[in-house]
Order: sequence, then structure tokens, then C-alpha cells
Amino acid sequence: MHERTKNVDILKEIARRVRIDLLKALHRAKSGHTGGSLSSVEILVSLYFSEMRHNPKNPRWGDRDRFVLSKGHGVPALYSVLAHAGYFAREELMSLRKLGSRLQGHPEYDLEIGIEATTGSLGHGLSAANGMALAARMDGKDIRIYALLSDGELQEGASWEAITTSSYRKLDNLCAIVDRNRFQNDGAMKDIKDIEPVPDKWRAFGWEVEVLADGHDFPSILSAFEKARQTKGKPFVIIANTIKGKGVSIFENQGKYHGVAPSDDELKVALNELGEAA
Amino acid sequence: MSRTQISDFLVDEVTEHVYIRETYGKTLVELGREYPNIVVLDADLTVSTKTNLFGKEFPNRFFTMGVSEQDMMATAAGFALSGKIPFASTFAIFATGRAWEHVRQSIVFPKLNVKIVATHAGVTVGEDGATHQALEDIALMRVLPNMTVIVPADAVETEKVIRTIVNHNGPTYVRLARVKFPTIFKKSYEFEIGKARVLREGKHVTIFAVGIMVCEALEASKILEREGISACVVNVSTVKPIDVETIVKAASSTGAVVTAEDHNIVGGLGGAIAEVLGENYPTPMKRIGMKDRFGTSGDGLQLLEYFGLKARNIVQAVHELLEFNSQKKSVVL
Repeated sequence: MHERTKNVDILKEIARRVRIDLLKALHRAKSGHTGGSLSSVEILVSLYFSEMRHNPKNPRWGDRDRFVLSKGHGVPALYSVLAHAGYFAREELMSLRKLGSRLQGHPEYDLEIGIEATTGSLGHGLSAANGMALAARMDGKDIRIYALLSDGELQEGASWEAITTSSYRKLDNLCAIVDRNRFQNDGAMKDIKDIEPVPDKWRAFGWEVEVLADGHDFPSILSAFEKARQTKGKPFVIIANTIKGKGVSIFENQGKYHGVAPSDDELKVALNELGEAA
Repeated sequence: MSRTQISDFLVDEVTEHVYIRETYGKTLVELGREYPNIVVLDADLTVSTKTNLFGKEFPNRFFTMGVSEQDMMATAAGFALSGKIPFASTFAIFATGRAWEHVRQSIVFPKLNVKIVATHAGVTVGEDGATHQALEDIALMRVLPNMTVIVPADAVETEKVIRTIVNHNGPTYVRLARVKFPTIFKKSYEFEIGKARVLREGKHVTIFAVGIMVCEALEASKILEREGISACVVNVSTVKPIDVETIVKAASSTGAVVTAEDHNIVGGLGGAIAEVLGENYPTPMKRIGMKDRFGTSGDGLQLLEYFGLKARNIVQAVHELLEFNSQKKSVVL
């Protein structure tokens, strides 16, 4: 099993490197989703370096915990985390979105690189995670299933079909996380189609809800996962208030970087701010 | 025509009419006993699709997903990703129409081992009317790479199909209907994925058919025989991957083709056969089916009459085609 840590300094350093690599990969690809990748970094680093039981050297290990990236467009962050965890070489990140690469624009099911499900079209991933959670329960497996959703994704009706299934089936081996960065492709969610109050909606749908004031704060993320594990009889959702484009001043809370890769100049600024010489 | 030209798989005379969805339900129960990995999902139509039979015997492997077809399909994907063999059932219109994108992205693209067995396809749905009559499902499923699309012709074939697909690793769509189907095959009938079956040899015209229209095609061949026209009848139960070899051979041996299906002629069997022949052996053809229109309410079997999906309509198409071919020959001469 992969070594896990609760040391916040170590996790912060991993997050810094994960950001650097995902930005380099996006820059090289010349396209992709910068904002929503950066907003997910601390959540993904917490999962893969602290919370989940998994083994990058044996990605088909039957008793691994499962992670489904329902917000598939944020996959540059996941690839970077998987590379840092040892699923594949960091150099491969530079093949992102290129012809012949395993690192497709949106994730394709490939256990060799740690991708558990094909996603990218929003409103699918939580249903797949439910199926995994139901199968695990049938088999009496003591494993946990995690799914990361975007807040924009909650505009999909199918998301709520899945949210209903999780609670109706009392899937306490399932933990969902909402990367609540409050932006979507066309701009701020409040200007497009507001879906607030998000926590109340999940509560009304029968979930145990934990709202994180700062979805980039490792101690709060880790303690939320701990609470999720101890919650019995219902599924648990962590609604993480995050900052779109987190970690790079010019990208933070800028809706236009939803689906745009960093330019040469922007990459320089970003790497400088992240303490990496360009 | 001598008896030797008629397939040994055919019964001498139709004596039985069976709900093939009931055959599906019963077969699923039997398979459930053999395969502990089978799970069944349904979207609030368990009594109609007959998955309720499985649910009664295996409540812990039966998942009522409510009126949530998209959720059902992606949940089935999650089961498949965990090594289960999920069967997902609902009406064809919802399985393939409502949930198409979930089927495409979450099941078929990643080649997951999910069996979508949909009932109530075609105009024979009857009284529920056009909203519930899937006339596009074959098209919607066969346009997906990696997908296997199967349309059984009767209860015997349905049982063989369901038993076969359990051991076929990959996404599969099976199209069933609401009404009773005449049983045309003997128990000895053999089904193989990707294999079209020549049920009757013929010299003048080849009729390719699926589902309930296979029986109509056989009926048409008897009428034609009395007129001195020898018709070859082929059951194309696997619409994808389609049996190019058998289709080209059957078409080239007669030089005239009629297709018959309870589905839109656009994109369905007629479209599939036209694609195969257009590239391999261009042959004059006529398509019997729903002629790019929606259905309507009425008794299911009465609707087959109303929309021209009967043996006599196939016969008429054969007449027109042979007339066309003879005129074409005289022009060339």
C-alpha cells in the first residue's frame, strides 16, 4: 500500500509541486482546464497522499479504495497527483492531450495509470461511484469510494438522480466532495444559473454534509475525511469552498481560465509565484 | 421448392405465441442461479420488463433505480467496473433515448460489460402510443463503436441470446418487444453473436428481417412460393457486428433485396443492409418498416397492419422490386 501522511508541511509541498507540473502540462498542451484543476489540488493531494488506501505499484489491487473524478475536466490535477504518487513518470505529464497519449483530454478508464472511470461528460461520475459502492457492499469489502464533483455539475439533473440513489441506498462507504469554486464555463454561477443553497440541497437529499470554509486547508480536509469514515447509515459529502485558479494570482477567481491553458507569459508568472524558476 | 431448402431450425407450423420479455425474465432467474456475479437494475418498469422475477428470487442482487434511467446506466457501469455482470432493463425508448449519452460515455466507450436488455421496442407497444414506441433504438445503439446489438425473433432465440451474452464480455444491447411473438424456432435453434441465419433458400429475392418481422418474412415467402417466386429469408438477429459475408452471399444469389423491421427504415436494419450492400454488392432493394414517421395508439398487432408491416406488404415490395429489375434489364438490353 502507498505510504500515507498527515504531515501538513509535506502535503503542502506536494501540492506546490503538483500545481507546477499541471501548469507545465497545460501550457505544453496549449488547451485544457486551468481554473478547475487548480481548485481541486488540495482535495486530490489529501485523497492520494493521506486518505485513500491504494498502491501505485499494483493499480489493480482488489481492495484499493476507489476514486472517480466526476468533474473530468479537472483531470490535469489528477494526472499530476497520480504521477507524483508513482502511477507513471512525471515526464509523461508533458504528453497531456497529445495524439497517442494515455493522458487524454478527459479521463479514460485505464487502471494502469490509476484512472478508475471514464468521465468528462458531467453528471455521470457519482452514479458510477454508487455502483462501485453497492458492489463493494455486496462483496463485504471494507473499501471506500470517493467521487469529486464540481459545483457547476450540480446543474445537471442526472447528478440529483445519483445523489438520491446514494442516500436511498444508505451508502456510508461513499464520500462525495464538491469542489465549490462558484464558476462555470460561461462565468460566475450566480450570473448563469445559481444553484444555491448547495449544502441545504444535499441535506434535503439525505446526506451528511460538512462544509469547509477553506477547501485548500489540509487539516480541515483531513478531519472532514475522518468524519466521513465515522459516519454510518448515510453517505457523506464534503462541500469544499475553493478558489478557482487557486495558487496563481492572475488565475484566481477569473472565470475566463475555466477552459484556457496558461500562455508563455502566464506560465512564467505562475512558476515564479509557485517558487519554481521557469 | 423442396423441403431441403428450408432450415431445420424452423418449426413446421407455428402453434405457440410467447411474450419474449417473459422468456427474458425467466432466463435471467436461471442464469442468476448459475452466475452469482449477475446483478439486475431496472427503472420502475420491473413488472413490464419481467425483471421482477429475478428480484423475487435474488432481492440482494436486484436494484430498483426508480425513474432514473441515466443514473441506472452509469450505476451499471460502476457495477461492471467492480467485476459484476449488470443487466439494465427498461423500455427501449428510455434505455436508448433518454439515457443515450450515459450509455455512450459511461458504458460503451470504456467497453464495460453491461447488458442493456430493453423491452417495448417498436410500434407493437400499441396503446401507449408514439411517445413510448421506440423506432430509433437500433440506430442509436448500432452507431456506437464497441456495441453489440441483437434483436431476437422469438422466445427460443431470446433464451439463447440471453444465455450467450452472459459469456460475452462487452457492452450489449438486446431489443425485446411487448406483444407475444409467434414461436418460429425449434429448441435446437443455434444462436451465435454476429451470425445471420438463412432460414430459407431462394433464387429470386432475399428478405432480410429482424424481430417479429422474421415471421412475417417467412409468411411472405410462402405466399411468393405459391406465385412461383422463390424467396430467400435471412434472420439478421445480430445487427451489430453485422454478418457481411452471409448478407452479401444471400443478396448476390438473388439480385433483389427486401428488408423488414418494426423500426424506422432510417438507420435500422434497412440502413445497415444498405450500407453493407452499397459497399460490397450494390443490389436493388426495398425497405419495409416505419417509413420515417412516428407511431400512434392502437392495438399493437393492428398497428403492424396499419403501418404496412405485414407479410402482404413484403410481398408487394417484392413484386415492385422484381418489376423494377426486369425493366432495368430491358433498358440495358
